[in-house]
Amino acid sequence: MTFVKTKLELEKLKKGEVLEVILSSGEPLENVPKSAVEQGYRVLGITRVEGNVYRVEIEK
Amino acid sequence: MIVAEKQSKKLSLVVFSGDFDKAVAAFTMATGAAAVNYEVNMFFTFWGLNIVKLKKGRRFKGRGLPAGMFNFLSGGFKNLPMSRLNFLGASPKIMTSLMKKRNVATLRELTDAALALNINLYICEMSMVILGLEKKDFIPEIKEILGVAKFLELSENGRTLFI
Repeated sequence: MTFVKTKLELEKLKKGEVLEVILSSGEPLENVPKSAVEQGYRVLGITRVEGNVYRVEIEK
Repeated sequence: MIVAEKQSKKLSLVVFSGDFDKAVAAFTMATGAAAVNYEVNMFFTFWGLNIVKLKKGRRFKGRGLPAGMFNFLSGGFKNLPMSRLNFLGASPKIMTSLMKKRNVATLRELTDAALALNINLYICEMSMVILGLEKKDFIPEIKEILGVAKFLELSENGRTLFI
């Protein structure tokens, strides 16, 4: 579901714009960047915010 | 070549159940697949029709008294029961508040996502005849009214699940 939400947000963006996704470690952190790359988006970076919360930056 | 491979990813779901929890499962699978570019077909039949009725509450609908009673009692989207431990309809409401609290998509969010992702929604011709329902009794996003033959055609070369 995290990627579903991510995908819907990405669809609203213009090419070159960047989406910041805050997510938990584990399944979402493994799958969101992977699915984004598979679909032709660029993952600019993954940083730890705190604890098991991460920020993923995805460029359309 | 890669493009051709992507286009062949297809998931078709027969949504027979009108249970709240099973609808959550069906829409989680459907939206998850659609988000990674699967072609997704959802075929709603019998109890599952309650999920996609236009009016979200209970409505006395359908041709004739028995059909009307049946449709009223089975309720609409807002009255989908849990398959177990329903507690007279309290459970789906408690579950929805838990989902919100734990930041998990609610059924409403999932169905909205399904529409946003252009999932193909179909309804069963035979169930509609039995229940005396018409296409206008359903949400306008319903693409078509189908029977088995057409569903088999649409789901061919993909994966099919029955929920």
